[in-house]
Formats: sequence, C-alpha cells, structure tokens
Amino acid sequence: MKRILFVQSKAPHGGLQGQEGLDAVLMGSAFAECTVLLLDDGIFQVLSGQDTGALGTKDYAVTYRALSDYGVDRIYCSRDHLEARGLSTGDLLVKVDPLSDDEVKALMAHHDVILNF
Amino acid sequence: MILHTVNKSPLRESSLGSCLQFMAQADAIVLLEDGVYAAIKNVDFGLGAASGRVYALESDIKARGLDARLRDDIKVIGYEDFVTLCTEYDVVKSWS
Repeated sequence: MKRILFVQSKAPHGGLQGQEGLDAVLMGSAFAECTVLLLDDGIFQVLSGQDTGALGTKDYAVTYRALSDYGVDRIYCSRDHLEARGLSTGDLLVKVDPLSDDEVKALMAHHDVILNF
Repeated sequence: MILHTVNKSPLRESSLGSCLQFMAQADAIVLLEDGVYAAIKNVDFGLGAASGRVYALESDIKARGLDARLRDDIKVIGYEDFVTLCTEYDVVKSWS
C-alpha cells in the first residue's frame, strides 16, 4: 500500500487549505496508508478551544478526533515549531507526537508521496 | 494618528514586524484574522513596544482557540468597537 504524508503548514480559518488538506486525508485513507505532519502554522489546526460560531464557518477541527476511525492513527508535529508558538501537546485537541528535526527528515523519507497544504 | 491593521500570522509574514517598525507613539494596532496569533502569550512578537495600544478581534480569537491563551495587555474588541476605532483615527493603514 502506498504511504502518503499529508503536511499541514497553514493556520486554520484564514484560508481553505487546512480544510482541504483534512478532506484529502479522509479520501486518501480509503486506499492508502496516511500520516499527518503538522509544520509551521499548521500546528494551529489542532489547537483546542476553537469556536467559529461568530465567524459562521465550519468548525472542522473536531474532525481530527475522527481520523483514527479512518485508520489514520499517526499525527506528528515538529517539536521546534510547537515550542516556537508557546504551545505544548496539552494544548492540542488530539494526540500529537512531537518530532525532532532528524525525525521529521526520516518521516518524510519514509513516505511515497508528500502532499502539502 | 494612524490605526494599523495586521491580518497575517507573524510566523509566516513580516507584516507585523514592519508595522511595529514604522508605527508612531500615538498609533494603535488592530489584530484580525490570522494576525491574532501575534497575541498568543509565552511568545514575544514585539507587541510589548505597543503595549496598551494593541486591539484584537474577539471573533477571530475565539475561532482560533486563543481566548484563554492571550497576552494580558491585549484589548479584545468586537466588530462595532473596530468601526468606532476606525472613526477615531485619522487614517487606517492595512498591513495585508
């Protein structure tokens, strides 16, 4: 089975890439082994406590909680990028494993396809 | 007196840095959209230099899960407050 790495690199709500990336993960999970990597402002995609009621947009972050039902069990982030935002894994709404720079390099090398959102 | 608006994440764009570089003592900043990430506590994006003159839009803060994670010196405002601020300053400069 192909291994696809979905990289989320943008913050949510300021653009559509985050939601599109998450939709792509759900679709990809039907035929490939999918992993999610959060880099740069993509880490904000899974920050807990998001409430889009006043914006009138979809609060799609909760969908991350359903990823394990689609066989997507591994969500990683860059530890460096997490700490640069003053955050820890306790601030995130799903279990995310922080990786060192070398581990991020190895993760990317381990996949057949890398899709960036 | 200028009201500066910043709508880009400080970690992706240099717009907040340029705004802080060129704003005067009488000026103020409104953070909106992804600009509100600059108001996150525990990280220094240089907003201390404009302390007391930094506003941030509540709806954008809540959408991004930041309402319990804000610096103490940020003034949280709604859309109506934003409109009022726009009328109180001579010019609005958008750093988009």
